[in-house]
Amino acid sequence: MTDITLTVNGREHVVKTEDRTLLVHLLRDELRLTGAHVGCDTSQCGACTVHVDGKAVKSCTMLAVQADGSEILTIEGLANGRELHPMQAAFHEHHGLQCGFCTPGMIMMALDIARRHPSPDAATVRAELEGNLCRCTGYHNIVKAVVAGAQRMGEPA
Amino acid sequence: MTAIPAPMGKFGQSVKRVEDSRLITGNGRYVDDLVLPGQTHAAFVRSAYAHARIGAIDVSAAAAMPGVVKILTGQDLVDGGLFALPSGWGLTSIDGTPARVGVHHALAVDTVRFVGEPVALVIAETRGQARDAADSVFVEYEELLAVVDMVAALGPDAPQLHPDIPSNRAFTWDIGNAEEADAAFARATRRVSIELRNNRLVPNAMEPRAINAEWRAYDGSMTIHLTHQNPIGMRVLFMMLLGLESENHLRVVSPDVGGGFGSKAPAYAEELAVAFAARAVGRPVKWTAERTESFLTDAHGRDHGTRAELAMDDEGRFLGLKVHTLANLGGYISTSNALVVSYMYATMLCGQYAIPAVHAVVEGVYTNTCPVDAYRGAGRPEAAYVIERLAHLAAREIGVDQAEIRRRNFVRAFPHQTPLVYCYDSGDYEGCLDAALRLADYAGFEQRRAEARARGKLRGTGLSAYVEACGIGPSKLLASLGGGGNMWESCEIRVQPAGSVEVLTGAHNHGQGHQTVYAQIISERFGIPMDRITVVQGDTDRIQAGTGTYGSRASVGLSAAVRSCDKIIEKGRQIVGYMLGIDPGAVDFADGIYTSAATNQTVAFTEMVHAAHAATQFPTDQLEPGLVATSFFDPPNFTYPAGVHVCEVEIDPETGVTEVVAFNAADDFGNVANPLIVEGQVHGGLTQGIAQALWENAVYDPDTAQLMTASYMDYGMPRADSLPEFGLAFWPSPTPVNPLGMKGCGEAGAIGSPPAVINAVCDALGIAHVDMPASPEKIWRLCQERQEAL
Repeated sequence: MTDITLTVNGREHVVKTEDRTLLVHLLRDELRLTGAHVGCDTSQCGACTVHVDGKAVKSCTMLAVQADGSEILTIEGLANGRELHPMQAAFHEHHGLQCGFCTPGMIMMALDIARRHPSPDAATVRAELEGNLCRCTGYHNIVKAVVAGAQRMGEPA
Repeated sequence: MTAIPAPMGKFGQSVKRVEDSRLITGNGRYVDDLVLPGQTHAAFVRSAYAHARIGAIDVSAAAAMPGVVKILTGQDLVDGGLFALPSGWGLTSIDGTPARVGVHHALAVDTVRFVGEPVALVIAETRGQARDAADSVFVEYEELLAVVDMVAALGPDAPQLHPDIPSNRAFTWDIGNAEEADAAFARATRRVSIELRNNRLVPNAMEPRAINAEWRAYDGSMTIHLTHQNPIGMRVLFMMLLGLESENHLRVVSPDVGGGFGSKAPAYAEELAVAFAARAVGRPVKWTAERTESFLTDAHGRDHGTRAELAMDDEGRFLGLKVHTLANLGGYISTSNALVVSYMYATMLCGQYAIPAVHAVVEGVYTNTCPVDAYRGAGRPEAAYVIERLAHLAAREIGVDQAEIRRRNFVRAFPHQTPLVYCYDSGDYEGCLDAALRLADYAGFEQRRAEARARGKLRGTGLSAYVEACGIGPSKLLASLGGGGNMWESCEIRVQPAGSVEVLTGAHNHGQGHQTVYAQIISERFGIPMDRITVVQGDTDRIQAGTGTYGSRASVGLSAAVRSCDKIIEKGRQIVGYMLGIDPGAVDFADGIYTSAATNQTVAFTEMVHAAHAATQFPTDQLEPGLVATSFFDPPNFTYPAGVHVCEVEIDPETGVTEVVAFNAADDFGNVANPLIVEGQVHGGLTQGIAQALWENAVYDPDTAQLMTASYMDYGMPRADSLPEFGLAFWPSPTPVNPLGMKGCGEAGAIGSPPAVINAVCDALGIAHVDMPASPEKIWRLCQERQEAL
């Protein structure tokens, strides 16, 4: 067991964790932030995507101890009460989700895409979403949502 | 920053979903999110062999490991009185004998029949401890020969999976009329035939299966939190299999469920074993499948081998159809599969065509593979694939266009009694075809083909005209075919004193947007905002009755909701009559307001609601206070959604890669409650169907029966970068079988698209057939042959 310190959604946590614990399991089981989901065991589906020090990371590819000292942002850290982040609002507006299981990972990945491509076209979004699986939507409306959400993030508030 | 507003609902409008807010903020509540006091965790010991006798099971090392609470084997479950998993449908063979059902224990006893079949179960304090201990359970196996191929399984040299089932044949079932079909073939001047595989698929709902079961020793009752499409159905089944005293001794809760596609409709071995374990250890037991476990054990889809022949006259008019299908059941018959491979499949073989004489035979075959069951479309995609591939070949044979051969054979008058039990309710097949052709700019295709040719690409177009049976279902009809009836849906509407409305439905939403559509319809009927309406589902302590969500049956539950709305409005009329001192028959209701034309007085719906609860303005000995209404809707027939899909592909002959460059679909879903949601359903269905045609394939090693495609590294899931933007149009013929005129839309995309894609690939290459998935390797080889032939 190892003591680690990490900041999650702006709040500092000091936790004791098994060396083999994955970051996603620390978030879900210890911190009880269940928005990041586990959809596979080969780091293919992206349902567990969170931000580590500003970049999208599949939290199943990382040991919790590797996140020691990091700033983590999860889906729970985006909205302010009822006020949605523009990317969340775009997923709602464009019906970019159905069962919702892949959605937190999709939105966290979408923010990373928007950071790197401020006004992405559909082809860019499709290429960038290659590591996030959705079984419900056929990606059609997710792509629209990410394009629109990135656009809105670039506009003055 | 924006908050989601609360709209007024209206049928037919693209109202944004009300369930989104919790799901986009990470507040969805799926089974694995739940931790109960005293929680323990389960891990399974699974067979690495596809077919083996189980010898000694040594749990001593595992039992001594840290955190281990209990280890259970198959024999422990049998000794504890747990019943085996049943086949949920009574199918009868041609010779009058019932289908032969192999005994399916929750944990294997004596013999394992597919790789991944659970053999033992470890309960421990943490998930890691359970996994570690499961890896330390030693099972002796005597490996037996395994069989994957259905023809081989039926042959004399095959290993027999179940002791009393020779040739591994569960049933030989037929439908239609063999003599009439023979006579039609004798008359025919032209015929086409095909041998095809409908490839085995892994459903892959993104949320893996999960259960958290809690036993209460003090009254012998249990609560099961379960990822499932039909919690109410599972309550009855698990109650019986576990030997619980009665329905009120088992509560099943299915909260947010991350996709189903049919794979969360069966009763599964693992879930039954975990429920048993919770009682055995007296503490809550949780199990969530890892993705590899999902690949190995979630009921697979499809897996047919079919020979089919179509008889025609010289003009290409279809005279007769003969079909012989081997259906791979896997190691056991899963809950609904005897239905899926028979009446969900062969009844739909005529497609949109008036074919007078049909005979179809289905043989159900056991093999050493994961059990098969319903997967998006469930039998209907397999039927559409057969008839639409034949239609494509018929066009080639007669020398007419793909659209023309279909026009010559469409059913044109409704209701249409097919020779295969079902009676199509309504439709406009030619209008829908024309809508699809316009959408796809079919007239401009040859020009696009020529342009592609100049770029070195082979472009092809493929049509598919599908029809399916939805809105399950008419209880009496289904019972006559081998089911237990009980296929209606219920809806209770409770209007609260301050005017909010609680809707309780036995249907289950796992992505379909029920919360929105129920609220939309009820909002419009009562004239109240959608945010005053709460939809309650998935908890047997709260829902009186129902049968869940599968088979595109939302229209059944929504019809029950409409009837309950009508009852509430009618009671309101009585109350308003007393309030205004007039005859209730003279009270009108529209847009949330009761009006009396005679006295020019009005009472708002919310005022009526207050009065109903205050109970001061009417005699309570003549009219009861409160506002609650329950309805049960049993549809008189299935609905028959139909549509035409047009696919355009471009093939790179250098690499064999097929790209879907355009996909357009015109669909008749009857009246569409919410186009935004319905289009989303179609996008998802199309993607699963395109993926079946091009990428997805569950491959078992033919000798060892190991699943070679057991992860996302090996199995061809559709990804965002492999799909086109879809073009959709609706061509509605409202159904008369329910009050909303809705037909259902959830499965259509996956039904129509595989033949459209393969027809396009065949058109591009100028070939008669290629089996799915049309992988780059297969296509590259075909391109090489084509090159040599030139």
